[in-house]
This record gives sequence, C-alpha cells and structure tokens, in this order.
Amino acid sequence: MTEISTSSITETKKFNIDTVEHAAKTPDTELPWAELGLKQNEFDEIVKVLGRRPTGAELAMYSVMWSEHCSYKSSKNHLRQFGEKVTDEMKKDMLVGIGENAGVTNLGDGWAVTFKIESHNSPSFVEPYQGAATGIGGIVRDIISMGARPVAVMDPLRFGAIDHPDTARVMHGAVAGIGGYGNSLGLPNIGGEMVFDSVYQGNPLVNALAVGVMRHEDIRLANASGKGNKVVLFGARTGGDGIGGASVLASESFDDTKPSKRPAVQVGDPFAEKVLIECCLELFKGSLVEGIQDLGAAGISCATSELASNGDGGMNVELTSVLLRDPTLTPGEILMSESQERMMAVVTPENVEAFEAVMDKWAVEYAWLGEVTDSGRLIITWEGEVIVDVDPRTVAHDGPVYDRPFARPEWQDALQADSFTGSVQDAGRPSAPAELAAAVTELVASPNMCDKSWITNQYDRYVGGNTALAFPDDAGVVRVDEESGLGVALATDANGRYTYLDPYHGAQLALAEAYRNVATSGAVPMAVSDCLNFGSPEDPDVMWQLAEAIRGLSDACMVLGIPVTGGNVSLYNQTGTTPIHPSPVVAVLGKLDDVARRTPSGWREDGAAIYLLGTTAAELDGSEWSNLRGHLGGLPPKVDLEAERALGEILINASRDGMVDSAHDLSEGGLAAALVEASLRYGVGARIALQDVLDRDGVDLFTALFSETQGRAVVSVPRSEEVRFKDMCTARGFEHLRIGVVDAASGQLEINGVDTLSLDALREAHEATLPKYFG
Amino acid sequence: MTELPLIGEAIAVAAEPRLAGAKIGVVTFPGTLDDRDASRAVRLAGGTPVELWHGDSELGDVDAVILPGGFSYGDYLRAGAIARFAPLMSKIIDAANSDAKLPVLGICNGFQLLTESHLLPGSMIKNDHLKFICRDQVLRVENNSTYWTGDYAAGQEITVPLKNQDGQYIADEKTLDALEAEGRVVFRYVGFNPNGSRRDIAGISNAAGNVVGLMPHPEHAVEVGFGPESLDGIGGSDTEGLGLFTSVLNKIVGAN
Repeated sequence: MTEISTSSITETKKFNIDTVEHAAKTPDTELPWAELGLKQNEFDEIVKVLGRRPTGAELAMYSVMWSEHCSYKSSKNHLRQFGEKVTDEMKKDMLVGIGENAGVTNLGDGWAVTFKIESHNSPSFVEPYQGAATGIGGIVRDIISMGARPVAVMDPLRFGAIDHPDTARVMHGAVAGIGGYGNSLGLPNIGGEMVFDSVYQGNPLVNALAVGVMRHEDIRLANASGKGNKVVLFGARTGGDGIGGASVLASESFDDTKPSKRPAVQVGDPFAEKVLIECCLELFKGSLVEGIQDLGAAGISCATSELASNGDGGMNVELTSVLLRDPTLTPGEILMSESQERMMAVVTPENVEAFEAVMDKWAVEYAWLGEVTDSGRLIITWEGEVIVDVDPRTVAHDGPVYDRPFARPEWQDALQADSFTGSVQDAGRPSAPAELAAAVTELVASPNMCDKSWITNQYDRYVGGNTALAFPDDAGVVRVDEESGLGVALATDANGRYTYLDPYHGAQLALAEAYRNVATSGAVPMAVSDCLNFGSPEDPDVMWQLAEAIRGLSDACMVLGIPVTGGNVSLYNQTGTTPIHPSPVVAVLGKLDDVARRTPSGWREDGAAIYLLGTTAAELDGSEWSNLRGHLGGLPPKVDLEAERALGEILINASRDGMVDSAHDLSEGGLAAALVEASLRYGVGARIALQDVLDRDGVDLFTALFSETQGRAVVSVPRSEEVRFKDMCTARGFEHLRIGVVDAASGQLEINGVDTLSLDALREAHEATLPKYFG
Repeated sequence: MTELPLIGEAIAVAAEPRLAGAKIGVVTFPGTLDDRDASRAVRLAGGTPVELWHGDSELGDVDAVILPGGFSYGDYLRAGAIARFAPLMSKIIDAANSDAKLPVLGICNGFQLLTESHLLPGSMIKNDHLKFICRDQVLRVENNSTYWTGDYAAGQEITVPLKNQDGQYIADEKTLDALEAEGRVVFRYVGFNPNGSRRDIAGISNAAGNVVGLMPHPEHAVEVGFGPESLDGIGGSDTEGLGLFTSVLNKIVGAN
C-alpha cells in the first residue's frame, strides 16, 4: 500500500472553496446544475429549500441524492403499493420493512434473515468485470449494514444475443467479476438465471442478490442518534472512482487544474471487503456501533444525510479528515465518490477505544469525521469553513417525486392479438416421434435452456459448508443453524417476454415462478425482494409497463401473502428509443425448519412413480419454443395464484413428510425441459406416458411437452409413499396424474410417442452450447 | 422408506470420544475463507478445533495445525506470498521442522502457503484454463502413511470439492521425480486434471509425512447433506474428506 501522509494532502490542497457564506453573498454565480443531471425545477427547489443558491458541495450532494437512482423519483408514487397492499398477517414476520438498507424477516428460534436484490446494469456494460464485481460488493455491504453475516449470493443475468460479437465480452467479464469478487468473500453462489435476448444487447442486466443471517438482538439500523457520538468512516480510502459522469465534473467550477475524466465505474477490492465484513461482525459482536451505513451510490453524501436524517437530525463533519487515495479530489468529488469497500458508523465516545482496537486488529483504516448533533442540520466543513449547511431530510428524503405520464402503448393490442399458434413461425409444428425428439433436443440445447455450468463452475458453491442445494436445483438452500438444521431457500425469476406481452400478469408470473421454485425445494415462502429493470420512465409506454408491473406484483403479493421487504429500481435501460423488455426480477425467500428435508430437482430412486401436478392448456405464446422459432406475440400463460398456493402447499407438505424424493417446477420450456432436467440432474432415466394428460386436458403431445402453463410441477414419489401422496393431492382437490416411472438402469428418457432420447446425447447437446460460444 | 439421515447424526456415530482431547489449531489470516469449515471438519471428526490468529506470536497448546483455504491478502501478489510472513507462520514452520514434527495440513490457499514457506517443494500458478473452477473432484490416495492419510486405504479413490484460481502445481522435473520416488505424492487427480497440475498432482507431503498440502477441499466433504453427493449426485458419499481429519486425530491420540 502506498504511504500517503494525510497532513501533507491537506496542506498542499489549494481550492477556491465555495463556502456557505460565499454562496449567500454571490447569488448570481452560475452553477453547473444541468450538467450534474438536475432539471430547472429541481434546481429552483434546492434554492427554495436553502433560501440561497447551493454551494458547489451542496449542489454535488443534492444532484446525486435527487438522482433517479437514489431518489426513486419516477417510481416512488407506484412503489408505495408495496407498503400499502400488506395485511397484518403478512407483517407478522417482518422485523424491518422497506426503506432500510435491506428488509429483515423473522426465522424463529431467535434468528432473522435479511436479503435484497439490486441492479448493477450500466457499469456492467461499460466495464463488465468491475461492474459485476462491485455489484456483489454493494449488495453485500447492504446486508452487513443490517448487522447480518452474509451467507450466500445469487446472480440473475441477462445478456444480448448469444452469437453477437459483443455478448462474449460482457459474459466473460461479468461472470469472471462475479466469481472473482464473490469467491474472494467466501460467499457461496447458490443460483441465479441466465437469459440471452437481443433486447439486452446494449443494456445487459446484471442483478445481484445477497442474503445474510443474524440473531434478533444484532439487527442494526442506519441512524445517527445520541448527541456527541462520533462519526467514523472506515474501510478503503476515498478515491476518484465512481464519480457519476466524468464529463459532468469536468465542467465543475471548483478548480481548473484538477485531473479530468475520472472513471465512472467503481473498481472493486474484494480482499478489502472480506476484511470489512469480519471487522463489522466483530464490531456488532462487541456492540460497538450505534448506527451503521454502507457507502454505495452517492457515497458520503448519502451516508451522512441518511444517517443524520434517520437519527437525531444533526451531524457535523470535517471533510478534510477523509482519508484519500487521490489528494487532488475537490470537496464535491469527495462527497460524490463511490469508492467501494467503505462504511460509516456512529460510535459513542466510550466505545472509541474499543472501536479502534478492532480496526487495528484487522488493519482497517479509519478516520473520525465529526459528531452527531441535535441541531437538525448536516454541517460539513472544509478546514473549518462551512461548505454544506442543510437539513439532511431535504437531501435524503424530500427529493422530487414525479407523476410521470403513462399510457397503454398503442401497439399493445396488436401485439397481444398476434398469437404463435397459426403464425408463420408455427408452420411445420413437430408431431412425428422423430420430430418431437429433435424438438426436445433443440430446446434443451438452446441458449436459454442449456446447461449453465460454464458459468456456475466459476463460482464457489461450497464455501461456508452450509449449502444444501445450489444451481441447477430450483432454489438455492443454505443452512442457518447447525444445531437445528434451520435454513433458507432462495429463487429469483423473471420473464421479460411474458412481461412485454402483458406487464401486469408478466410481473405476477415472475413472482409465481420464484414462489413455486422455493416451494419446490420444500421451503415455505416468506418474503419478496424485487429488482425492477425497465427502460426510460420518460417514455409513457415504458412508464405504463412499470406501473402495471408494480401493480401486478403488489396485487399478487397480497394473494400469496408474502410481503416485499426491499429491492431496487433500474430505469433508463434502453438504447436510443428502444427499451429492454420490462424485466422485473423477483426474488422469493423461504424457510425450511430442517434443510435435511429439502427436495432436489432430479430423481434417483429406481421405480419411483413420476407425477405431473396441475393441468396443461395450450399456452405457447411467449414460450421458449416460440422464441426459438422467432415469434413473440399473444398473451402469456394465465396466472392462477390460488393454484400456485395450493401447489406450493402440496410440495411443502410432501417435503416435510418425506413423500417425494424429487420435485422440479415447470416453467420456461414446459414439461419437455423439466423431464430432461430431472433426468440429467443425476443421470437417471425415466419412462413417460402422457396419454392420460392428453385425454384429460384435451391437448396434443407437442402442446403437453412445450406449453408453459403455470402452476405445474413434476415429482417423483417412492412406491411406499404413493398412496399417501395421491390421497393428499385428492384431499386438496389438486389435479395429479401418474405419468411414468424412474428407470435407473436405462440411461434413457423414453416418452411414448417420442423417439427414445439417450441421456448421453441429451447431456451432450445440453452442455455443449455455452462452451461453443464462450470457450 | 429410508429416512434421510438428519444432518450430523451420521457423523456423530463415527466420532470417537477418545479423540476429543486432540486439539487442532485452525489459522485465520486476513482473507481466509474456509476457516470455519475446517473447524467444523475437526469437530465432526471428533477433535477439538482451536481458533488461531495469524498475528499471534505463540502457537499455544495445539497438537496439529490446519492452514485453511481462501485468498489471504487477496492473493494480489502470489497466492500465500504475504501470509507466509505472518508472525504465527514462523512458529508453525519451526514446529513442523522440529523433532516433535507438528502435523500441518494446508488446504488450497494453505497449500500455497506451505510452498511459499518452503515446508513443501514446488509452487502453484494460475489454472491452465485461466478461470476459477469449482467442481467435484475424484482423487486417489497415493500414500496412506502420512499423518493426514492413515485412515485411508492406499489407492483409495475419494471425491471432494475442488475450487481454485491458482491451482496448477508446478515444480522442476528433478523435484517431481524425487517426490514420486519418495512416495511424497499423496493425492493425485483421477479422470480429469482440473488445472494443469504436473503429473496430475493434487497433494504432496514433506519427507517426514507430518506436513501435507493439497488443492482440493476435504473439509467440504465431511457432512451428509452438504457434500458432493448431495449437491451434485456424483456418487460416493458426502463424507469422503473426513478421513484426513480422523487420520491426524488418531495419529495424535496414538502418539500420546
């Protein structure tokens, strides 16, 4: 590490500091508010709030905190529904709700769990490795800030077309970045998603989820309370990386001689983060901090204003105390820097010494910046001169809120009328046994349905020793309590095509699938976190998609009885006027009383009966099959949340009472994909006959295999449990049909009416796709 | 239907009370990741894990030491190159080389530390395919006479997880020949060489057999429900890594 004396930095720093006093005297000074991304009305509002023009430093703070990313100004009016459509029943396990760094859910036995999903989309396109890596870093710090030990991560990824030359750049970088950072933190990566679609070519989606656990008494909140308590910044030094928009700052008026063109993407140091995790956990263990906040978007601006406004309302900070990586940073840049691996905490004077001992033990740098006051003002000084004097609430919470106009796009009706069935692309639908076998093989080798181990083999799924299920099972499962076996299950899902066809129901389908995946593993779904990836809110079509998706998701949460505890919104994911498909990625967290009871997705026991739960309709619009044929139109599969709930209860009971030895949900790729995946999971074949399904549901064999009707799962039931299992389904009035039997010795997937598929050939096709494109 | 064994139960049967007195130190460096996992493995094998801090100047009362996996100091320099200079490491090196022959096991980053500190020959470089790799790996126990492999049969094949970025074992031909001739190749990759290691070497020992280093992670194959069989169904069992830990415990208890 380079030794830089901080005192010399301060001495050599010569800025023409724009103080509050100076600002009051020079009301007509031109400020670069437009370049900083503020609108005229927003700048006018800042002047009104302050009663004078802002200083340069204040302008920097307001501009980042009132940005779309930090203030949710376009989505806030809609996001309210997540807080409003909540029953008391849904709240009973919620220990901390939306608004904190991450929501906290009660697991029982004194345990609590916190999880959150966030986007790091734009940085991951600009610089895939660092963008994806710091996405993990940021979400993990959110989890630490709540007082929890992070225990696992997941990554839903969406890239452009698999054969586009730029896709390999993003794919290689993002996957290596997620692995490079996550593996170094000792956090198992237990699942995620991977979708290729040309709509994400210029706007890949790199979302990151982290989950952490803690004892109830360890829950920490981001607030600065107690007059006289000390404010400390610790972790990495503050540098010039991640300052929003380099060109913007080049026009800032502080100083003409400073370095220009700073990187807008942050650079991660996973080692620093790992040390920070252990260091924070030691602080929590010793109850050495009163409040804590990670530094993510908007850096010190965000941390000081949020800590102050959530606590007693005042804080004094001397900005020259901040330890810098680059001594030439201006006050505005220091306030806006998004350098990674930093935390801010509030410490009582009595605990200062003990706090410093922990820092020294882990060799973590820290700087005491100031103290909590009861003045109601956030006052930031530079060598004693006041450069910021604001009510912190106006920065952190009272940002602008917009009621953006939205309207159902005029093309929506035509889109929904364009069904796959009977379309040009539907010509020559497979029906002969050989055609169907080829179709199944083509499906499981396709970019979205192929084996993902090229990705997941670059992630550590074992570290921690508590992983009980990981990709490619339906949900990732991690043990929380080694004594009791208590654990959590997590799944993330989204289907951009469904949501494009119908945003309201598409968002519900994402929730339904994540819910079903969690229940399939045997866990009881408890809470939701969502990452809403959309185009520009200034486009009324996109705004309608966002509004509909939020309305759909919040309505569905009510029906399923699980609350949204946090998440994030990522807007402006579009290239020119072409937005991505609306992609609400929904993460569902569930609880398992004993992870030994989790249900894997593949069958193993010879002779076990295979059952299909749920009925099948002709629902091919938006399906993977129609996607393979280049069609997108019509209506997505119907949502039936009551059926999802009933199916979930069956799967959970079956797991608890040991009635099934495998379960796999039906979603993208329908029954065909599910049968192949359940066979390939452990390399165990099966014999399948679907005639009863065709008779009952009035569909043909192709539809039975490729339709994406929701609310379905395949399970394998040991013979000794068959009667009990059937009785349970019958008692619950849930449709179930025995469709086959596990055949361990055959090495084949035999489906009546389809040419026999050898598992070796299926595996080869399934596994070849990603290596073919990415090496 | 056969009940799935509840986690821990299958192990509890295996653990022998007489081993509990043996204390195994597990060292934590900044950036160590698998320290809690190594401690769990010691516990499940029946021994008593003792947390050790890299900055400590005394080894204290331990009968053996495990250098666990991770990325000490981020591995930004050569893996293990900085951690090797930790105050506790000089004590461990002395104790391993002493007549008392302190048993030392280096797993992954710990193996890299052992080569950096010259307790073991050779070195590790980046995997030949240049990517991090996490997979279930079949190993053959080539030498069951070390302190850490006595509970295995010679030639026994075991499956344990492997996960590394810099796992390609290299040494000059003379050293490799000597290792082979002296029976110091303890573990060899079977079926697939995951990182380009010379002669498929996965783990080696010093001449006395008290110091063993390996790239794969036996501490992740010690518990039913959380090992390679449960996660990936690759056959074998979840607990084939446990033998390293029981071996050293038996050795210690026998020696006492």
